[in-house]
Amino acid sequence: MTGELAIDVAGVTKRFGAKTVVNQVDLQVRRGEIYGFLGPNGSGKTTFIRMLCGLLTPDAGRGTCLGFDVLTQQAEIKRQVGYMTQRFSYYEDLSIRENLDFIARIYAVPNRRDAVERSLERLGLANRSHQLAGQLSGGWKQRLALAASLIHAPQLLLLDEPTAGVDPKARREFWDEIHGLAATGLTVLITTHYMDEAERCHRLAYLAYGNLLARGTVAEVVASAQLTTWIVRGPDLPTLAAALRGRPGVEQVVAFGNTLHVSGRDAAQLEASVAAARTDRHTWTRGQAGLEDVFIGLMDAAQDNFA
Amino acid sequence: MRRFTFHRLWAIVLKEFIQMRRDRVTFGMMVGIPLLQLMLFGFAINSDPRHLPTALRLGDQGPYVRTFVAALRQSDYFAITREAATEAEAARLLQRGEVQFVINIPEDFTRRLLRGERPTILLEADATDPAATGPAVAAARVLAGNVFDRDLQGPLVALRGRPGPVDLQVHAHYNPENITQYNIVPGLMGVVLTMTMVVITALAITRERERGTMENLLATPVRPAEVMVGKIIPYIIVGYIQVTLILVAARFLFQVPMVGSLPLIYGVAFLFITASLAVGVTFSTLARNQLQAVQMAFFFFLPSILLSGFMFPFRGMPEWAQWIGSILPLTHFLRIVRGIMLKGSDFSDIAPELWPLLLFLAVAMTIGVKRYRQTLD
Repeated sequence: MTGELAIDVAGVTKRFGAKTVVNQVDLQVRRGEIYGFLGPNGSGKTTFIRMLCGLLTPDAGRGTCLGFDVLTQQAEIKRQVGYMTQRFSYYEDLSIRENLDFIARIYAVPNRRDAVERSLERLGLANRSHQLAGQLSGGWKQRLALAASLIHAPQLLLLDEPTAGVDPKARREFWDEIHGLAATGLTVLITTHYMDEAERCHRLAYLAYGNLLARGTVAEVVASAQLTTWIVRGPDLPTLAAALRGRPGVEQVVAFGNTLHVSGRDAAQLEASVAAARTDRHTWTRGQAGLEDVFIGLMDAAQDNFA
Repeated sequence: MRRFTFHRLWAIVLKEFIQMRRDRVTFGMMVGIPLLQLMLFGFAINSDPRHLPTALRLGDQGPYVRTFVAALRQSDYFAITREAATEAEAARLLQRGEVQFVINIPEDFTRRLLRGERPTILLEADATDPAATGPAVAAARVLAGNVFDRDLQGPLVALRGRPGPVDLQVHAHYNPENITQYNIVPGLMGVVLTMTMVVITALAITRERERGTMENLLATPVRPAEVMVGKIIPYIIVGYIQVTLILVAARFLFQVPMVGSLPLIYGVAFLFITASLAVGVTFSTLARNQLQAVQMAFFFFLPSILLSGFMFPFRGMPEWAQWIGSILPLTHFLRIVRGIMLKGSDFSDIAPELWPLLLFLAVAMTIGVKRYRQTLD
């Protein structure tokens, strides 16, 4: 029960009909770690999380979550896991307090009233506790959802795109909160599409079309991609971009404001193509590939594999 | 820009049609409801019910009696289904609703007829639903007046015409004054329960899924059965409040007699409420949104109200419609409630109506629970 790994699963597979949504995924998450789960829409992240918290049964695979078997001990897992769904899924026609109280009752939280009170206090919701959840703004709804998923003091927190549609300040506060929780030993598995959030995780995994394509720390993921990137500054970048696309070795041409990022995995080929397009009108510098470049590269490669 | 333009209007119209086509259930309803109504109102409903089951208690088997019985059959209103040997047996048949009428012919009928003493034919009717008995009773009166004309020859010709050779007495049981409310108000209990129980449960569970709260709930240690039962119990209580409200209104507002046992009504109501809730749960597992849930509930409600004998006499419907009606729980619940309230039926009297209700409950529960389970994984 007090193992080093909070999540340790192997070969996890889920099919819906003929479609394999999660394919042979292995994942190890250490206790107290913030683990980022990234991937394009429909890549199986939510399905994977649902399998972890016992909402869905995997078709294949084995492993443990908090020391409990994911196939047979779903009830035990549910008691120790907090799950925050992608969509706000508490009761809009109940007040904040009523929502928290309801969830606390479901989990049979000891000293329920105190627990609700502490939870309101800690998340700064105390003076709004009688407001209906449906009247809250996106940021406050998110705080409520977090408070509710923590009320039973879980050991593992599963967050499915918790910050979608939340403003930057609220997002930052949310992440500070998550880091604070992780420091107390809570394990967090979080899905996101934001690169800045990905960089705030201790470790990452990248899932595309059901396959786990990369994992490790940010630096490890970037390094493993072996992506070479050229950064171009100068006038008339769209024309240059059009000229570069499709050249051998050029895998991505992406505009970032006034610069163009040109990347590819084959450094030599890319070099040759760049040399051909290079003129004095633009300044060319060898840059560091960003996480986003890496992920888009992985995604394109995965699509190729599927075609 | 502020002018009404055709291309913008057309864009909306097109979009509306596309959405209409996508929502299969709504589309089905648009075609299904008119068809259903046509079938029900056009073919099933008949306010002039015929072939009503009738028991004979004959004290005399003479030719005049045979003439009368043959004429009854000819009239189409009476279907002679039983023979009752004793008064008690006849009373029991009426009580259980196995027959609508009992026709009593006294022992000395022929003798007294020939003597011109105007013997009595007693027509006992189960008048809980005045609409069901009215036309048949009227037909019997005409019949009694002229059926013997051909047989009354020679010196007996004088018996023809008014006041007629026989005296037809009609005894309307359970509702002697033919008050429609006596029939409608107890029936309303079943209708109101069907409406609320099916619609509200279907909505309550569909809402939980539509808003995504079900997913959240199921990620907690709460068990699916706990969710289901927990959601249903409040509505059972609401159902009982409705039953009480209608019983109080029936008694004090409409002066409907309460002959039978109140606890028995409450007991049977539990079965009916549960059956309706099970239907609601089943719908909630089929519906993708709350609108569809309401539409499905309506699809159940419409035949329930029209084919159960609530609005129109059950026995006036063709056989196929009676067959459908017999499946619906409302049909049996109506008979039970009317039986208890108006006829004072006891448990053994309502037993024949109880088992179809139980069967429906079992089937609806099985489907509901099975479907409910499937939606989780």
